[in-house]
Amino acid sequence: MRRIRFWGTRGSLPVALTARDVRRKIAAALRDAAGRSFVTDGEIDEYIDGLAFDVAGTYGGHTSCVELETGDAEYVVCDLGSGLRPFGQAAIARHGPAAPQTYHLFVSHLHWDHIMGLPFFTPAYIPGNRVIFYGGHAELEHALRRQMEPPSFPVPFSTFNAAIEFVHLEPGRVHDVAGMRVTLKRQHHTGDSYGYRFEKNGHTVVYTTDSEHKLADPEESAGFAEFFREADVVIFDAMYSLAEATSVKADWGHSSNIVGVELCQLARARQFCMFHHEPALDDTAISKVLAETRRFEEITRTGAALQVTTAYDGMEIRL
Amino acid sequence: MQFASRHYGNVIVAVPSGRIDHAAAAPFELALAPLLGNSDASGLVLDFGSVDYISSVGLRVLMIAAKQLRARKARIAVTTLQPVVAEIFKISRFDAVVEVFPSLRGALGALSPEARDAYDAG
Repeated sequence: MRRIRFWGTRGSLPVALTARDVRRKIAAALRDAAGRSFVTDGEIDEYIDGLAFDVAGTYGGHTSCVELETGDAEYVVCDLGSGLRPFGQAAIARHGPAAPQTYHLFVSHLHWDHIMGLPFFTPAYIPGNRVIFYGGHAELEHALRRQMEPPSFPVPFSTFNAAIEFVHLEPGRVHDVAGMRVTLKRQHHTGDSYGYRFEKNGHTVVYTTDSEHKLADPEESAGFAEFFREADVVIFDAMYSLAEATSVKADWGHSSNIVGVELCQLARARQFCMFHHEPALDDTAISKVLAETRRFEEITRTGAALQVTTAYDGMEIRL
Repeated sequence: MQFASRHYGNVIVAVPSGRIDHAAAAPFELALAPLLGNSDASGLVLDFGSVDYISSVGLRVLMIAAKQLRARKARIAVTTLQPVVAEIFKISRFDAVVEVFPSLRGALGALSPEARDAYDAG
């Protein structure tokens, strides 16, 4: 396992920056420049690199799609959200359309935001490619075919010219996929979702999204801490605040930064990466949550420091 | 975790102390339960002056208490938070779930002038 690359990090629904958002960022950057002038592109880049991320960048708006670069030629991806489209385009750009590739696509669950990118996944239309879907849901194939039926979509699933396979994975068992040791865990979410633990060459990545932690059962928390045990990175659904997740948004199937940090501390994981951002949060709000979560980790730390990050479309984590 | 409670007028003041962590959350919930069922009380103030830490499971107990009290139109407040606990309330957004007051007297006064008078009377 070499690298994690995020293609979609937003929860529930894709979002996009508006003209007003961009204007606000430009205004903030100009205010910060305070009349400075820039002669070279290098000076401009240096200035931009010094700006806050929520001014110079954006967390992005594609729904869930995360690539794991395993070190082998075959691709491994978690979830088929709208981020699957740019992932597919990048893969084609890397190899050209004529070079056959194998894609291992792991699906957390079948809600729309986690499968909506598939109809726009160009490699599935190219003969010679091999696309293998993995999941814990018996209805996985049905759900993927149904979203491409009329009147929802004009191009049927049967138009895919790649070799298509479906592999049902049982939770609690160890599966060998693309040279990785893969285990999955059933999670609390309407219709169930599955978290994945990927292990290879001494590195472990846990992908756990759309997972509500009810906090009433200590054994349930201990089970997740075991699932996260000493992971290099835990990609975690931190969509809501703890107050929201336990009150007005209880039973909506999502979790919080607070619970994520606590579970990762219990698991002695090394990096906690917040994921599945609430669509209503703008860049400034997500940056604020990141700063607060880092502070929470600091004041609750009992052992080694847990690195706290928040995912954005385009972010890479080297393992 | 230690736990004590007393009445000031029609308001109950609960005084937990120590760490309300995952191990202490269940005893905290048990200790709080009989106070929530007291229909004569118009409110509950949790004096957190001696609470060093509260985990998500401890905060969940507060959420359950808040829901029960609000269902019978009673109020819940916390007071005298230690700085770290105040930060946890802010980061978890629990400062929007329960009313937070810097002093016990201020909390009592906000919930019930009768309770504040009883507090002043000692």
